[in-house]
Amino acid sequence: MAIIRAEALSKTYRVADKQPGLAGTLRHFVQRRHRDVAAVKGVSFTIEAGEMVGFLGPNGAGKTTTLKMLSGLIHPSGGMAEVAGHLPQRRQADFLRQITLVMGQKQQLIWDLPPLDSLRVNAAVYGLDDATARRRIAELADMLELGEELTRPVRKLSLGQRMKAELLAALLHQPAVLFLDEPTLGLDINAQARVRAFLADYNRRHGATVLLTSHYLADITALCPRVLLIHEGGLFHDGSLRELSSRLAPCRLVRLELEEPRPAADFVRYGEVEACDGRDVRLLVERERLTEVVARLLATLEVRDLEVSDPPIEELIGRLFRQGAVT
Amino acid sequence: MRAWRQEDAPRRRRSLGRLVWSLGRQLHHGGRVARALFSSQYALMLEYRAETALWALSGILPFIMLGIWSQLAVPPAGLGPGQGADAGGIGLDQVQLSRYFLCAFVARQFSVAWVVYAFEEDALQGRLSPYLLQPLQPLWRYVAAHLAEQVTRLPFVVLIAAVFFLLQPAALWIPTPGRLVATVLAIWLAFTINFLLQSCIAILCFWSERASALERLLFIPYLFLSGLVAPLEVFPPALRAAAHWTPFPYMVAFPAQLLAGEAVPIAASFAAMVGWISLLLPITLLLWRAGVRRYSAMGA
Repeated sequence: MAIIRAEALSKTYRVADKQPGLAGTLRHFVQRRHRDVAAVKGVSFTIEAGEMVGFLGPNGAGKTTTLKMLSGLIHPSGGMAEVAGHLPQRRQADFLRQITLVMGQKQQLIWDLPPLDSLRVNAAVYGLDDATARRRIAELADMLELGEELTRPVRKLSLGQRMKAELLAALLHQPAVLFLDEPTLGLDINAQARVRAFLADYNRRHGATVLLTSHYLADITALCPRVLLIHEGGLFHDGSLRELSSRLAPCRLVRLELEEPRPAADFVRYGEVEACDGRDVRLLVERERLTEVVARLLATLEVRDLEVSDPPIEELIGRLFRQGAVT
Repeated sequence: MRAWRQEDAPRRRRSLGRLVWSLGRQLHHGGRVARALFSSQYALMLEYRAETALWALSGILPFIMLGIWSQLAVPPAGLGPGQGADAGGIGLDQVQLSRYFLCAFVARQFSVAWVVYAFEEDALQGRLSPYLLQPLQPLWRYVAAHLAEQVTRLPFVVLIAAVFFLLQPAALWIPTPGRLVATVLAIWLAFTINFLLQSCIAILCFWSERASALERLLFIPYLFLSGLVAPLEVFPPALRAAAHWTPFPYMVAFPAQLLAGEAVPIAASFAAMVGWISLLLPITLLLWRAGVRRYSAMGA
């Protein structure tokens, strides 16, 4: 059953339009100009309970705005969102008890107090009795490998420890739906891996639905069988990363290690030569011709090693974003 | 009819029982939230105790005004400045004047509100977003912060009052228990009015990112009409009458006069305070509802 439903969801912001310089400042003071910026343009999708879905897109694509609408933080300008059977923007208590929104660069923990003080407040706000709160804190702290950090002032914690404490605070009420906006931003590789492992574990244990945005594709590939790619406010792709890869690049990458060096010109007839460094060659070959090309390469050349893979997805998405338009 | 009533009675008893149980549960929940919020905010205020002490010290305006009014007093022949029986011709002798300004200081200390500044900072820094996504009206967090700050201020206020009495032993008095209880209630209502007034302005953050600038518009009438810089008795009668149509005299002058033991219309003043709260509370809630719709999670 769909736990998240977005139908033609859109959001338009009204922003001040001011030219630089003194003249622009004076003009703006006398006559303010505004323009409408469409951050999200009619996005539709559904997410089933228990799914982990990655939300991809460049800066300003509308990912965070969509998460804010789904969590009820902002009202949509058009369309409809339904989460856990509620209209998010009404922010009814029953709805708020079922969701959480974690924003990597924002915090809810009280800066000058240990996380446990904020956790006590959260436990009371969500109506958890002392025993339940203690049990959940212990369980989540164990999963997140947090110990004495919970009694140290937040300002004294490292970024990774702080993020883990933020996650603990956000999940104490055991929400069924998690909206995570860049939960690993700024963390080192080890901390990122620990947060990823925790999220996968949490999803397994509690069957929670997760909608996750991240600039680190490793987060998405490790956690999300399904991705939504949002581009310039619209939904460009809804499916697996592999499907996205095929769609963005109908080619596969063939790496060759040869016994003898060969010039690049020898490989042009097989596909696009990405690199040719004597004995090491990288070719982009159309998927339909792959079997035939590999057979011919093996038949005509002395090949020491051959490897076929998808081109790195980061590269493909990066190329898409740089192009500025989707075809 | 009688048979229907008899059959219906157990059901009504059950539904009444459910209502009482639900009310009790909500009260218990509210009590737990209040305790947790207060204790965390009190812990936070203790971290900032030096700042709180400085804030308490910075509220000594009434003592400065006492010095000015004492000097302005026209003394009878043979007496020095400030020794007059009727300081400034306002119907208060020097001792009463001292007591009034000490009480004004106390009333101000425990009714001061700064929600507009805290709320504006939270809105601009994006800290409001997580508050909005929890099943608790965010303004309660600020109420708890104010109450915790008042408790933290208490020892500093007592200390300042003790120093005052050391310097002016003639002004020492012990209020009656009745007046003391009434004063605590009056100061609490004054704080509520102040908090609601500031909340209305704070909520304008949803429309204008710098709503605290508007608070300055309130500060000037508050300063003069609340009785902080001068007892309302020194104002021309027309201005004094007009001041009583505003909430300001009830925010300092009334609690101060009550504590100082002066003759004041107690019932009418309490009624006016309740009236102002009854007016400001729905305005605050309506503004909140409209503002949240506009909220675009600035900086979030």
